[in-house]
Amino acid sequence: MSTLQVRVWRGGPKGGDFQSYQVPRRASQSVLDVVTHIQRMLDPSLAYRFACRVGMCGSCAMTVNGVARWTCRTHVDQVCADGRLELAPLANLPVVRDLVTDMSEFFDKWARAQGRFKGRRGRHDDFERVAPESAARKQVDAAIECIGCAVCYSSCEVVAWTPQYLGPAALNRAWTLQRDVRDAAQAERLRAVAGDAGCHACHSHLSCTERCPKHISPTAGIAGLKRDALAAALKGKL
Amino acid sequence: VSARREALLWGAQRASAALLALCVVIHLATMIYAAHAGLSAAQILARTHGNLAWLGFYSIFLLAAVVHVPIGLRAVLSEWLGWRGAARDAALAAFAAALAWLGARAILGVFL
Repeated sequence: MSTLQVRVWRGGPKGGDFQSYQVPRRASQSVLDVVTHIQRMLDPSLAYRFACRVGMCGSCAMTVNGVARWTCRTHVDQVCADGRLELAPLANLPVVRDLVTDMSEFFDKWARAQGRFKGRRGRHDDFERVAPESAARKQVDAAIECIGCAVCYSSCEVVAWTPQYLGPAALNRAWTLQRDVRDAAQAERLRAVAGDAGCHACHSHLSCTERCPKHISPTAGIAGLKRDALAAALKGKL
Repeated sequence: VSARREALLWGAQRASAALLALCVVIHLATMIYAAHAGLSAAQILARTHGNLAWLGFYSIFLLAAVVHVPIGLRAVLSEWLGWRGAARDAALAAFAAALAWLGARAILGVFL
């Protein structure tokens, strides 16, 4: 059985450094399996975050060999040709400890982008019907499967140099609501996401689109928000 | 920050970029033709003097550049230097005016 040489970032908000571990290489081994092995067998003080282990909860994202990834669905085979792994916390987020980042700002930005649905109907009304083949619904389908893992946010260069930028995930969420025909808060939401801390800050570098483990293109949604904002501005409604 | 202003500036930058793409291709093609045909400065000026088509083309080119460049610089100044607000926008308006003046001088120089 071969061995993986794993460097793991250890530390806290004030700084830290990489620490080396040797982990047995196994068949079908995920990066999360490697981290779990270190914590259970080698160093119980290692802090990391995970929950579902099947790519649904979005909590296990880390920087793997310099690239933000969901670790539960990333096989060691995919990222480690030379038997070396380097694991670090997600970029663009404050570190709590070791591989755990503080996600508060990330989710606060979803709230700032008004990423909550506001319906028109009450509990006594009938269901509002949305045709699955309608153009708006198809645009929502393409963007709705976000699991909130922050891989896009961590990969975004604009977030790195404009910390107040809402980021790809929050804007993608806003986009799904802007294309939800049932939503009643689209004018306010468009005002919340337009501007130089919102969709207009995006440079369309496509890092979010390239790295999203759910194959969503936040860049496409952000471009849609820019078009919507221009249309609203020209009509004097922004 | 005015969301409306940002949206309109974005629209202006996209529209001017579309114009620039076309203008730059025509401009480069003309330059390459002029160089390969071995035209002298006097021969080029003979073609541009009083030519309303070239005046119109380069006026559109200049207008697109005057709109496009300051909006792009605005993002660079904000993101790289952290310079935001009215002073930045006033400096960029002055820069746009200087660009327009210099460009207009160049255009009129070959037209008149």
